[in-house]
Amino acid sequence: MTDIRITVAGLRKDFNRRPVFSDISFDLSGGRTLAISGRNGSGKSTLLKIIASLLSPSAGAVSLTIDGVEIHRRWTFRHVGMVAPYLHLYEEFTALENLTLIDRIRGSNHTASEYEEMLAMVSLERRRHDVVRTFSSGMKQRLKYALAWMDRPGLLLLDEPRTNLDPEGITTMKTLFKEQRGNGIVIVATNEEDDAVMCDERISLSGVPPPGAPGTGRKGGR
Amino acid sequence: MKAFQAILGVWLSAVIFCALMFPIVGEITRWYEFPVIPGLEQKARILFFHVPLAWTSVVGFVVSVFYAIRYLRSKQIDDDIKSSSAAGLGLLFCALTTLTGSIWAKFSWGSFWNWDPRETSIFVLLLIYGAYFALRSAVQEDDKKATLAAVYAIIAGVTMPFLMFVMPRIIESLHPDPIINTRGKVSMNSTMLVVFFSSLAGFTALYFWIYSLKLRVARLEFKRSSAGE
Amino acid sequence: MIMKSDGFIRITAAVFRKDTSSELRTRYALNALFLFTLTTLSIILFSFQSATVPVQVHAGLLWVLIFFAAMSGLSRTFITEEDRGTILLLKLSTISTPVFYGKLLFNVLLLLALTAILTILYSLVLPGFAVMSMTSFCISLFLGTVGLASASTIIGALIAKANARGTLYPVLSFPIVLPLLLTVIRATTIAMEDPAWDAAMDEYRVLVSYIVAINAASYLVFEYIWKD
Repeated sequence: MTDIRITVAGLRKDFNRRPVFSDISFDLSGGRTLAISGRNGSGKSTLLKIIASLLSPSAGAVSLTIDGVEIHRRWTFRHVGMVAPYLHLYEEFTALENLTLIDRIRGSNHTASEYEEMLAMVSLERRRHDVVRTFSSGMKQRLKYALAWMDRPGLLLLDEPRTNLDPEGITTMKTLFKEQRGNGIVIVATNEEDDAVMCDERISLSGVPPPGAPGTGRKGGR
Repeated sequence: MKAFQAILGVWLSAVIFCALMFPIVGEITRWYEFPVIPGLEQKARILFFHVPLAWTSVVGFVVSVFYAIRYLRSKQIDDDIKSSSAAGLGLLFCALTTLTGSIWAKFSWGSFWNWDPRETSIFVLLLIYGAYFALRSAVQEDDKKATLAAVYAIIAGVTMPFLMFVMPRIIESLHPDPIINTRGKVSMNSTMLVVFFSSLAGFTALYFWIYSLKLRVARLEFKRSSAGE
Repeated sequence: MIMKSDGFIRITAAVFRKDTSSELRTRYALNALFLFTLTTLSIILFSFQSATVPVQVHAGLLWVLIFFAAMSGLSRTFITEEDRGTILLLKLSTISTPVFYGKLLFNVLLLLALTAILTILYSLVLPGFAVMSMTSFCISLFLGTVGLASASTIIGALIAKANARGTLYPVLSFPIVLPLLLTVIRATTIAMEDPAWDAAMDEYRVLVSYIVAINAASYLVFEYIWKD
């Protein structure tokens, strides 16, 4: 289990000078899982992107600690694996090439058999030399899981995890979820109740708050 | 503030009066006379207006770049308001410089445009200002607009000096260089210098006064558009 | 915590390789550049026929071609990442600087290849094209191309985040590269007239300072474009 901890305090994000969400706080350590729920447009994906350091918050802070050492925002990506509909693959490359090229850009270097293992885990090993442009949306989603999982990140972020997945794909996703729970943290942003119940904790984003309201984050326990 | 405006008004009026009324004579006998600069004669009077205008357009650009850098570090939208207001005013002054320069060129050298290094650099400054505002209008979100504009201002700030200072050293210029010139010598007498530097100071003060007004308007506009959505 | 230097180079190389493989496979930029070269050279050839053209015009025309070729092809590295959403994948894989340098290297090599081909075709096809100092000519071509590619890359990164890219790219780039263009056109003209290899030494100095300045500024500023 990675000694990992993520603390989020007073997070707010504005779009066009209006807050999408505000006063979001939570604290997770290794082995914990969190679901972020809320209707469309409530800012779930935005919140996830801020946690991943893809976006800056308008107020508040995200703090990631690994082995007791606080990780600067700039290096958050090293500990994050993410699957999301807005994360796109390189369609001109094959499944295997996507893995190898991204891997090299990350600075790691897995062996050929490790790549095959990854692809086998998401049932894509037979399509590894096929260009991603020819993939179905379900296959692309599975490949995204392989990419996110490749370096066994301490923090796994899933945005609408079961998008485009058939029952077999969903089983794979759940397996990864369980493994990651034993390894680090999972945060899921979702509309689907089936996905939300997989997690221990939940935060509900209730959409654009009226001016003057104290905040929108409510922590519900289970 | 009122006192400042009054003083500025009087100052610039005095400058304009001196610039236009002091006679230009071959032999200087009185304190208020200007020497004849060969090749320029009466046309030299535009010096008191054209050069300060050029100077202020560059000042506007420098102020804009300064606040652009400030914005990137602070991420406070007010710094971007300052930067873009300085640029807007600089654009106006730059357009006026190009206009007065063109007129001077026509009377001195026969054509409105000659592509000598100084002319080219003020033209490039005009293009930079134009590009800066084109970029701003191509982005919707405030913070992205501010960031991209600031970045462009800085890149432009880095390449502008090349045109302004390096080029005239390499290519012979049509521009008279009566003030600081490695090859020539100063050919303005002390009266002319006084009027000239007064004009420079006056125009710079004018710039900053209009700038402060523009800033007030821009800030109010920003507040209004945040509130009424 | 900073990235170790050998890691940095490896990752820059990885980004470069990805862009190169992608380009070889999709050929977006290559096609655009090829068509551009073909069309413009034909037009120029047609308009000049057998007239003798002074040396300064050749130099100027050549660099105008190279500039517009750069405008057709060098923004793609950043625009395709933004448009296709793959930029997020990069942001989750590495920091800003190696991405910039990998793409810069790609653009520099792309433009060097284009300049070489364009110049060779131009010299074959147009009458009256003669070079007195080949060394000087090659140096000026090289320096001018590297400078142009450097400026085009950072501006390309900038416009990838804006709308109306097509017209915005030349509008933003032209004032930035004008000092470079004027200097390199002069250097190229000197190379075509003067047999001494160092006749354009002043111009080389300016070109090198420009390259250093624009790259230093890009390095400092790219981080702000990268961060959302």
